[in-house]
Order: sequence, then C-alpha cells, then structure tokens
Amino acid sequence: MDTNTAILLSILIPSLATGTNLMFRNNPNLRDGLTLAAAVLTFLCVLNILFNEGNGTTEQLRLFTVLPGLDLAFNVEPLGLLFALIASGLWILTHLYGVGYMRGNNEKDHARFFACFSFAIASVMGIAFSANMFTLFLFYEALTVSTYPLVAHKGTPEAIRGARTYLAILIGTSIGLQLIAVVWTWVVAGTLDFTRGGILEGHIAGPMVAVLLALYAFGIGKAALMPFHRWLPAAMVAPTPVSALLHAVAVVKAGVFTMLKVGVYIFGIDFLADTGASVWLMWLAAFSIIAASVVAMTKDNLKARLAYSTVSQLSYITLGMALATSMGALGGGMHIAMHAMGKITLFMCAGSIYVATHKTDISQMTGLGRAMPITFFAFLIGALSIIGLPPLGGSWSKWLLIVGAADTGQMVMIGVLMASSLLNVAYLLPLVGRGFFLRDPDTAGPVAMAESPTLVWMPPAITAVGCLILFFFAGDILTFLSPIVAPN
Amino acid sequence: MRWAGDTVATEAVHTTFQMADHLPVLSVLVPFIAAPLIVLLGGRALAWPLAFLASAASCLISFALLMQVIDGSVISYHLGGWAPPLGIEYRIDAANAFVLLLVSGISTVVLPYAKASVAQEIPAKHHTLFYSCYLLCLTGLLGVVATGDAFNVFVFLEISSLSTYVLIALGAHKDKRALTAAYDYLIMGTIGATFFVIGIGFLYMATGTLNMADLAERIADKGANRTVKAAFAFIIVGMGLKVAMYPLHLWLPRAYVFAPSAVTAFLAATATKVAVYVMLRFAFSVFQPAFVFEVNTLEFILIPFALLAMFAASFIAAFQSNLKRLLAYSSLAQIGYMMLGIGLLNETGVTATLVHLFNHGITKAALFMAAGIFILRCGSSFFDDIRGLGKVMPWTSAAVVIAGLSLIGVPGTAGFVSKWVLVQGALERGWWWIAVLIVASSLLAVIYVWRVVEVLYLAEHKARANPFNPPLMMTVPLWIMALACIFFGLNTDLTMGAASVAAEGLFAGSTGLETGAGDGH
Amino acid sequence: MTSDFFFGHLNYWLFIILMMTGLYIVVAKGNLVKKIVGLNIFQTSVFMFYISIGNVTGGTAPIFPLDMKIDPDVLYSNPLPHVLILTAIVVGVATTALGLALIVRIREEFGTIEEDALLELEHEISRKVNDQHGDAMGGRHSGD
Repeated sequence: MDTNTAILLSILIPSLATGTNLMFRNNPNLRDGLTLAAAVLTFLCVLNILFNEGNGTTEQLRLFTVLPGLDLAFNVEPLGLLFALIASGLWILTHLYGVGYMRGNNEKDHARFFACFSFAIASVMGIAFSANMFTLFLFYEALTVSTYPLVAHKGTPEAIRGARTYLAILIGTSIGLQLIAVVWTWVVAGTLDFTRGGILEGHIAGPMVAVLLALYAFGIGKAALMPFHRWLPAAMVAPTPVSALLHAVAVVKAGVFTMLKVGVYIFGIDFLADTGASVWLMWLAAFSIIAASVVAMTKDNLKARLAYSTVSQLSYITLGMALATSMGALGGGMHIAMHAMGKITLFMCAGSIYVATHKTDISQMTGLGRAMPITFFAFLIGALSIIGLPPLGGSWSKWLLIVGAADTGQMVMIGVLMASSLLNVAYLLPLVGRGFFLRDPDTAGPVAMAESPTLVWMPPAITAVGCLILFFFAGDILTFLSPIVAPN
Repeated sequence: MRWAGDTVATEAVHTTFQMADHLPVLSVLVPFIAAPLIVLLGGRALAWPLAFLASAASCLISFALLMQVIDGSVISYHLGGWAPPLGIEYRIDAANAFVLLLVSGISTVVLPYAKASVAQEIPAKHHTLFYSCYLLCLTGLLGVVATGDAFNVFVFLEISSLSTYVLIALGAHKDKRALTAAYDYLIMGTIGATFFVIGIGFLYMATGTLNMADLAERIADKGANRTVKAAFAFIIVGMGLKVAMYPLHLWLPRAYVFAPSAVTAFLAATATKVAVYVMLRFAFSVFQPAFVFEVNTLEFILIPFALLAMFAASFIAAFQSNLKRLLAYSSLAQIGYMMLGIGLLNETGVTATLVHLFNHGITKAALFMAAGIFILRCGSSFFDDIRGLGKVMPWTSAAVVIAGLSLIGVPGTAGFVSKWVLVQGALERGWWWIAVLIVASSLLAVIYVWRVVEVLYLAEHKARANPFNPPLMMTVPLWIMALACIFFGLNTDLTMGAASVAAEGLFAGSTGLETGAGDGH
Repeated sequence: MTSDFFFGHLNYWLFIILMMTGLYIVVAKGNLVKKIVGLNIFQTSVFMFYISIGNVTGGTAPIFPLDMKIDPDVLYSNPLPHVLILTAIVVGVATTALGLALIVRIREEFGTIEEDALLELEHEISRKVNDQHGDAMGGRHSGD
C-alpha cells in the first residue's frame, strides 16, 4: 500500500469506527470487536508507512485548498511518524483496557464513549501527519471537541464543571492565542508549510520573535505549560481510560508534539538559537517542571498526583524545544515516546486499583500491593521510567535533555532536571512503598491476591514491559529522529 | 432634458425571445408572478408546490447567472428594452449574483422545512396567503439585489419589508407578542426605508440620474459636494436600520423570536444580508472608495459600532435562557463582523464581509431550523424545555453542534473561513488590535454555543406524551445546511472565488457604463 | 440675505419641519394610530421634497399638447420625480394599510392600542414566561 493511501486510511479507519460504535450501540461485543479491529488496522497502516518511508520525509498530499495558501495537506516525517506509531499502538492497548474498565466498573453510555474515543484518535492521526500548521490546527481543534464528551462522560455536576474548565482553557488558548499566532505567521511568511529549518527566518526579527513564540507556547494549551495547565487536573473527573488516553497518548502528546513541530519546523532550531527568543520559555518550562512536581507531592488523590506529574513531564519536552539545540529537540522527541509508555502504565494501574477496590487516594492504599502485586509492580516499573533510572526507557530521554542543556551551557537546567528526578522519586515511590512494605491495619495474616479483571491488569503489565524494551531501542529511536535536526 | 423617446428610436428592438438573455429579470419575475398565482388558484394543496417550484427556478437561474459572471464580467439587462440611464437596468456582477444565489438557495432549502413547520404553527386558512407573502418577500429581496437602479432598490426593499411584516405577524397564533414585534419593525423599517429614499432624492438632486452606474460616474465628477455627503449619510443610516447595525438594531431580537420558525430561518439568513449588500453597493460602487476615504465616516463610525455589536450582543447572548433569543443576539454580533469588514476599507475586508454574508446565512438557517424543530417538540425553545434533547433527537442536536462550531469559527467549518479572511484584512491594515478583538469575540461565541451544547447533551430530559418527531422534510433541509457549513469550510472555490472577484469589482470603482472614474486604494 | 436663506429654500424648510414633526409624533405619541399618522406625515414630507425639486423655474406642467406639436422653447418641469413619488405614495399607502391592520389585530389580542399599556401587558407575559423558565439576563425585569 502506498504511503498516501496509508495516511488517509489511518485517519479514515478511526473515523469509521466512530460510526460503527454508534451504529452497533446495542451489541457490545460486535461494537467493541469492530473497534479493536479498527485499532489494529490503523496500527498496521502506520507500520506500513514506517516500512515504506523509514525516517524520510515525503511529498505533501494536498487534499483541499481552503484559502489561497491554506491547504489541508498531509505528509510523513520522522517526528510525526513516531507520534503516530505510539498513538495507534497504544490505542489497541487502551481500547482493551477501556472495554475491561467500562464493563468492570459498570459505567454507562459505552457507545458514546468509544465513538468519541475513536474520533479523538482520528484527530490525533491527522495531527501526526499534518504537513502544515493549518491542517494541524484543524485537527487540534477537532481533538478538543471530540475529547470534551469524554471528560464530561459521567454527567455528574463535578464532571460537567471539570469539562467546562477543560474546554474553556483549551479553546480559550487555541482560538485566543494560537490562531493569532498562526495568522501572524501566515501573513509574514506567506506559507504555513512545515519546513526543516523553519519558515520564519528573514520575515520576522527582534523581540517580535519572542512574542510570536509566546503566542504559540501559551496558545498550545494541550502542552499544559503553566499557567494554562489547570485543565489537566480538572480532566481527572473522566473515567480512567480517558485519563490514560489524555495523559499518555492523545491530548498532551498532541500538545507537546505541536510544540516541537512549531519549534523545529516553523521557527527552526538554529533561528531560535540565533535570536535567543526561547530563553524565557526555557526558564518558564524549568519553573513548570519544579513547581508541578512540588504540587504533585501534596496531592493524596492518585490521579491528581499523576496529573501534576504529567504537567511536569510535559515541560521537559517544552524545555527540550526551548533549549534550541539538536540534542534538546531530539531528547524532547524521544521523551514523547518514553513518557507515553511510562505514564500510560501509571494511569492504567490507577484505574486497575479503582476497578478492584474503588480506592482513589494513596492513603487508602496501604498494603494493597500484596493483594494486587501485578498492578503495583507495573506501577513500580512505570515510576522508575518516569524517574529516569536505567534500564528503563525514561533514562535515555532524560540523558539527551541533559546533554542538550549542557550544549547551551545552561548548567542551571541540568540542575533542574536532576532535581526533578529526585522530586519524581518523592511523589511516585511512596505509593509502591506503602503498597508493598506496609501492612493494611484492617487485615491480619496473609492477604489473598485480588487483582482487577484480566483486561484491566494486563495492559499496564504489557506497557511496563514496553518501558523496559524501549530502553534497548533508544538508540534506534535517536537515529530515527535525527533527520529533523539535520542541517538543510 | 432628454427624452426617453430619443433613445428608444435608436435602440435595437428584441424580436427573438431568448430565455438566456432574460435571466436577470426572470430570477425576480418568477416568484413575483407565482405569488398572486397562488392566491388566485386558491387551493391549499397547490400553494406549497408552486412556491417551491418558483423558488427552485429562481435558485437555478441565480446559479446560472453566477457562473456567467464569476470571471469578472458584468451582465447589463435593460428592462423593457429601455436603455439606461433613463431606463431601469438590472446589472449582474459577481457581488450581485453571489447574493442572489444565497437568497434563492436559502429560500429553496427552507421551503420543504416550512411545509411541515407552517402546518403546525399557522392555522390552515392562512397557508395560501403565507406562501404568497413568502414569495413576495423573496421577490423583493431578489429585486433589491439584482437591480441597478437606485429607486428600484427602494421599491423592492419595501415589497420585501411589507411582506416581512406580514410574515412576522403570522407568528401571533403562537405568541401574540408577534403583533407588536411586527408593528415595531414596521415603524422602524419604514423610517429606515424613507431615510434611504431621502438619500436617493439628494443624489437625484445633485446628479440628475438614478441609475447606479451613472450615479457613480457623476458623483466622481462632483467630488465632495455637501448634498452628496448628506445623501451618503441618509443612505447609510437608512440601510443601517435594515441591517440591524448597532444602535439601530432594536427591532431584530423580538422580530426573530416571535416570528414563525420557518420565517425566522429564512429572514435571519437573507433579509439583513441583502441590506448589507445594498450598503456595500452604495458605499463602494456608487460612492466609490475615493469618496468613502474622503468622508472617513466608515472608519470612525462603522468600526466602533461594529466592535460594540460584536461584544455587546455576544455578551447578552451568553446570558439568554431561550435558544431563539440567543440566536437572535448572536445574529447581531455576526452582523457586527460584516460591518467591521466594510469598515476596514480594503479589498480583503470586503471579501470577508461577502464571504461571511454567505457563511453566516447557511449557519443561521441551520440553527433556526433546528430551533424550530425543538419548539415543535417541546413547546418552546427555553433551555429548561429543550433539556436533554441530545439523546432523543440525536440528528437534530448533532446538526446544532455542527452549525454551532461554524458560528464559533472552528477550522473546517464555513465560519472559520470568514473569520480568517477578516483577521487577515485587519492585519493588512496593520490594526493587530482589531484582530485580537475579533478573536476575543469568537471566544464569547464559544460560551453561548457551549451553553446550548451542555443543555442539549448534559442535562436530564423531560419526557413528554406524544412527542413530535420531525418528518424527513424538516430534517433533510436542516442537514443540507449543516453539511453545507462543513463543505464550504473546506471547499471555498465558489464562495471565496465569487467574493474576491466581487470585492475586486466593487473596489475597482464604478460599475460604470464605460468609465472607471473612481480609483481603488 | 436672511430672507433669501429662508424664502429661497422654502420647500426645504417645509420638508424639514414636516419631517421632524412626523418623526416626533412617531417617537413621542403613545397611541399606535397616532404613530401611523406621524409616519404618514414623515413620508409626505419626503414626497413634497421630491416633487419640489422637480420644479424647474419658469417651467410649466410636463404635458405635451394634444396635437403633439412640441415647441422647443417651452420649458417643462421634470416629470420624473412625480412618477417616483407616485410609486412612493403607493408604498406609503400599503404601509399605512398594513400598519392599521396590525393595530386592529393588536386591539383584538391585547384590548388596547396605547403603547404604555401594551408594554405593561407584554412585561406581564414575559414575567410569567420567565418565572416558568428562568430569567433571561438573570435580573428581575427582563422585559423581552
């Protein structure tokens, strides 16, 4: 199958799955089975593209010309392909997990849930393969709109409030800031195509570069850069498969992916370095990393703690872009993969705990590790990856970011990254310790193993193994991504 | 004084009747003849089919006309064979034809919807008169757009206005406040039209002609004459009333809310748009950009009022608890965008206004049609009556979401295209702060659209006995409009093509007979 | 000078006075029929304005002699404004008729044709509706 067809299919198949989910709402097994098939097919399409193109960049596939100079166009390039691989691969796992979770927890409205899920993935594929900022913006908005019903799913007043915050911040930043940035870019550069080396050089200079960068950075609300990070903890009201999707696969990664694309393909790493326009962003990202970690330490609710952890980890990637060095950009790109794998493990474990015991707060989970060893062990692996210890994947991306910081001579940033690892230990490992090493005061004697349903504990176990495997493939990922920062 | 008789003697007489030659006037004549025909034929069964056929014929003719002029050419049709500037002339160029297509297209799509809606909302004995008035209104609107003679504009304007007053008053069967709404609209509308005719009178005094192309030429010669300036003021204010430009907008909310649903759907998409077109035509073709720049009124008056409308109306809409009222105030805000486009005084701004004319027309038609369906189902369009309809009326609600996204201006929908061009126009003038304001008011639109979405999908539904299920005749037009919102958001060949050619033509100065005396910017 | 300013533009003065009178009546008078009267006065002022500008000094009525022997030296007033005003008068009549018909209906439905009484009645209706469904602007008197 040729690449262009594969690109279109990878967007169409999830969209069709939206339809089949609604059509077969009353036939759960058929409905979920079809969606699983769609997930597998989508992943195969993306694999196909990988085999066809490797880490090359293809010609644009232009679908519509909406306005002169504004096309709906797709192409393949290493960063996007990596993102698409992660998204489609993890969709398969998240779907299985979601089926298990929704049935195990007796949630309502499964059809609507999975329909919106599929449409969100379709939007993610669109973002991954977009060839210019307009296409990306279109699918970015589609992602916001399609994930809103997922956040509001439970229909309780808290869910509605949380969904309102979610939408308000995401649409507020995207229409209020990002749109202006996109129009401004178009007016000065004449094009919105993603080009290696950036399109802004020569068209804009001086403090305006920093202003434009600010509009993008704050406008890409999905990257949860402080102070526009509040939507992430607010979105915790959603069922956990949604949190796994939001915080590992779709929304946040779309955000930082967009951040990287803007940094690498709109501004250009060298342009950023020359103008020094991203220095302020570097400091803001550093602050965000530390501040979010500190807040995470204060949260007792497990999902809230993980949410703030995500804010912190996303700022790693933003920092990578803001360092304006090749290693920084590559480290950021790799961290997309590493963090995705690690965080999805953590969230799925949190969901697994909830399905089995209906416990949400860490203080309630004393001694739970004995009853749910697989879940807690997977959590440990995921946590170690986030902390950045070998032999887990997270260590490599952190290493690259440190090298990138060293390249710029910003020693403070190295300190920030190290300190952040320590903070990660402080907020992630207590749960593991509490689960395994403390006894639940309410039970005496040996504890029986009472894991959650299979479909719920198996996916995090698989992704935990994935964290381990990624460690060994880090070199390949680095080579894969290297063309994005290669000199023209 | 020259006699019309002189020109007749030298004018070639049409001996052959070629349909294609007479398209400009046919687009207006077909509904004009069908209207009394409906009344004469009497039978209720024939009323709707005849109306639909007339409207559809008009739509096809408008499309044919647009195809002829989209390359920038101009069709000049001499009514009765009398040559302009003494005879009445119908001048069709890209701007005209585009609006003709919008008006007749909306009318044709709304008519199937109207059949079912009117059957429920208006007593049977009035149906024949309803369709007759509807066609008269259509005639009036089409005539305003097609004609090239200034006084003819007034005549057709009043034809459409008078039928509008009747159509709105027909809503009295559901809510008697429609009568006072129609009466208020009558008073204000007549004042507006009369101001317009005073302006035309001043123009006639100053130039001696009523043909718009000829006027353009003669005004250009005259320069800054006080009579001409006074005429400009009267015309802008007069049309401003019809456009519901802030602060002359007071008639609109009540008129839209209390009129029958089909009428609101039709009017919201066409009446104010036609008035915007007249403003454009007079401001740019007749008075010409050079004069307009000279006067500078537009920048200092239109833009502040437009911004005020955009924000104040959106703000009020966000607080409404009735869907139809919310949409009415939203229309006021959107009209503000169109006025802003004119006020920018550059080609991109005018293109934005024209494109938004079209895009907003299809968006609002869809939304008001959906509101009408909700009213038939729940008795009113108050939020606490339409709660939870997302579950029991999924198709209608989904159409509301799509049209709502178009109203906000999410990329991929028609509304985005017009917002983008408007922002581009503002940036071209260097007014980045206006671009920021445009974007900020879109955020206000998010608030009220999302309120509607929350009410429809996230609230509990009150079940009713004998729920009304909209027939296909209502859902299909609704979905045609909703899908059009997406289609014209992605494929803008027709809309942007026509709008940019039209804007170019409007800006090039006079649509003059031969002279292009006015200089564009 | 002053006399020329006034008497030389008598028609314009008349036009302005009548127009303002008409508009004032529309705005200030509470009775709906009186408003229509005001509207008529306003429209009539416009008619007079048009006709008056058609007058050519020293011109006679624009009617050709029966035998169609047109004398090129005879000055005719401009007939075009007359024609325009005929149209406008028809429009005015139609508007008046429609307005009066609406007033009849309003009287049937509301029982009054005084503006303030109508406003009261409408506020009453709005109040009831809003109590049922929740206020529009969140205030007590939202009118409608």
